[in-house]
Amino acid sequence: MSFWVVLTVNSVTFGGLLFLLSAGFSLIFGLMRIPNLTHGSLFMLGAYFGATFIIGVLGVKLNFWLAAILATLVVAAFGALTERLLLRRLPGDQLAQVLVTLGLSFMAADFCLMVWGGDPLNVETPAGLGGFMRFGAAVFPNYRLAIIIIAMVVAVALWLLMDRTRLGAMIRAGVDDPDMARVVGIRVSQLFTIVFALGAGLAGFAGIIGGPILSVYPGLDQDMLPLALVVVILGGTGSLLGSFVGSIIVGFIYNFGQALLPELAYFVLFLPMLLVLIFRPQGLFGRQMS
Amino acid sequence: MSGRTLVLAAAFVVLVTVPFWMPGIYYINVSSQILFYAVFALGLNILVGYAGLVSLGHAGLFGITAYAIAYLLSSGLGHTTAILLALVISLASTAVFAALALRATGIGFIMITLALGQIIWGLAYRWISLTNGDNGINVRTRPAPFGYDLSEPAAFYYATLVIFLIAVAAVTIFVRSPFGAALKGTRDQARRMNALGYHVWAIRFWACLLSGLLTAIAGTLFVYYTQFISPQTTALTASAEVLLMVIAGGPATLLGPIVGAALVVVVKNVVSGYIERWNFLLGTIFVAIVILMPEGLVPGTARLWRVGWRALRRRRGVVVVAESAEPKP
Repeated sequence: MSFWVVLTVNSVTFGGLLFLLSAGFSLIFGLMRIPNLTHGSLFMLGAYFGATFIIGVLGVKLNFWLAAILATLVVAAFGALTERLLLRRLPGDQLAQVLVTLGLSFMAADFCLMVWGGDPLNVETPAGLGGFMRFGAAVFPNYRLAIIIIAMVVAVALWLLMDRTRLGAMIRAGVDDPDMARVVGIRVSQLFTIVFALGAGLAGFAGIIGGPILSVYPGLDQDMLPLALVVVILGGTGSLLGSFVGSIIVGFIYNFGQALLPELAYFVLFLPMLLVLIFRPQGLFGRQMS
Repeated sequence: MSGRTLVLAAAFVVLVTVPFWMPGIYYINVSSQILFYAVFALGLNILVGYAGLVSLGHAGLFGITAYAIAYLLSSGLGHTTAILLALVISLASTAVFAALALRATGIGFIMITLALGQIIWGLAYRWISLTNGDNGINVRTRPAPFGYDLSEPAAFYYATLVIFLIAVAAVTIFVRSPFGAALKGTRDQARRMNALGYHVWAIRFWACLLSGLLTAIAGTLFVYYTQFISPQTTALTASAEVLLMVIAGGPATLLGPIVGAALVVVVKNVVSGYIERWNFLLGTIFVAIVILMPEGLVPGTARLWRVGWRALRRRRGVVVVAESAEPKP
């Protein structure tokens, strides 16, 4: 019994991380139609930078949460720079955008290998969350519960941002009809940079928050990117709710798959994707992809 | 004889005599690599160039063939049966992949093929009882078709060359056929083709199968060349490398993928002798090509050359008499 409960908690935890990762991917794709293949790398960069800040740079050690915030800002800045310097030159040319972001992801992966080497880095669980919580026979690590709470808070904050603020209204207008949004005086170009930085920052934040349970290793980017893609194919692009539901589904399938069919864990991800593609190609909550 | 025939004949002579003038076995092997990667790139170019469908999962299909052959051989089958069965398995997988990926076009197609390719990679990596995981599978012997033993580098080179030439001929015929024209039509004007009564989906599906067949043939040559297969072969990096061959050489041309394959294989072999950072270089080339020469290296170099030539002439004060005086691309 407790096996199943623990597995369920782990699935929701992983789903929460995936939501942080894929919400940005989905927003960037929804607003800018840019398939950002650096998204896995942003996750990995966030994890590496966060881990480095915690271990200490030049004798300055940061506490976990400060390090996480700093890593988020670094990755968000990197995302904003990528958008301003490279992607901006290729408006509407999706093939070029795919190639540039793919090229960047290779450069980022090799950069991480060069700087941090091939050995995995362990990220210590933040102080005060190292313990366990008991519910009857089941035991939950506090940190996993904390991730679920963080993901919920971010989800609510994102929803408030998108649904209740002026910026959110402008982003939604940009997603629906960029030309018309421009006509009524919204600076869509500026929105692009903001959304890209926001998405990148979320991915970086997910990386460092996931550090204590996933650890940080070369290839983390290539492990996470397909998961984000599957989430977006499942949930549909440009929809927060879609990312949320897709993430939870993928979190469950991935964790249950790994526990029950360890050799086929990657393959069982294929099944929900297959069903969605057959019956609802635009995704559960999305509009037409192309 | 026209100039074109002359160039083709010269290229043919050069290719046939490679084992005689190449300075060593290493270079003959690099030549074999170029040829089977060229077959792979020709296969991908059918989708990227002529169908306008960019696939980032082709290394997965390539890997399926290679794994199938290695697995069937290690379970005791003969070469002919193993190759034929592997081709059938590859085509069946291609059909499934195509049916899934063709639910979308454009960016959706890219994302689905990428996810499918990663799933193949995940299987190769984790399904240890079938694929032997990271340790990979060895292929002990090369086949000997019609009693012609392929274990020598030169012999393998000739076998690869024959298959390469057949593939080039097949793609040439395909591109000039009504089917090729229809495929280009679906790339440029899918709706209009549909209105004209063409079954756009079916045309794209058959193009995927043709592309998958060429990929499978290249995968067969690959696994017999390296006599080893590991998950690395199916990784996203591998899909990106072959896409780079197509894009770099110039998509939707016959020569482009071949030039691209030669370029990538040579750079990779030469560069990896000096530095370890091949992936970084690969990424840099991608970004540089897209920003500087979006039309591909062959047409792009020609354009930059023209621009540079004109600027040089102007500086020297030479009056440019006629546009025809400049070098043709």
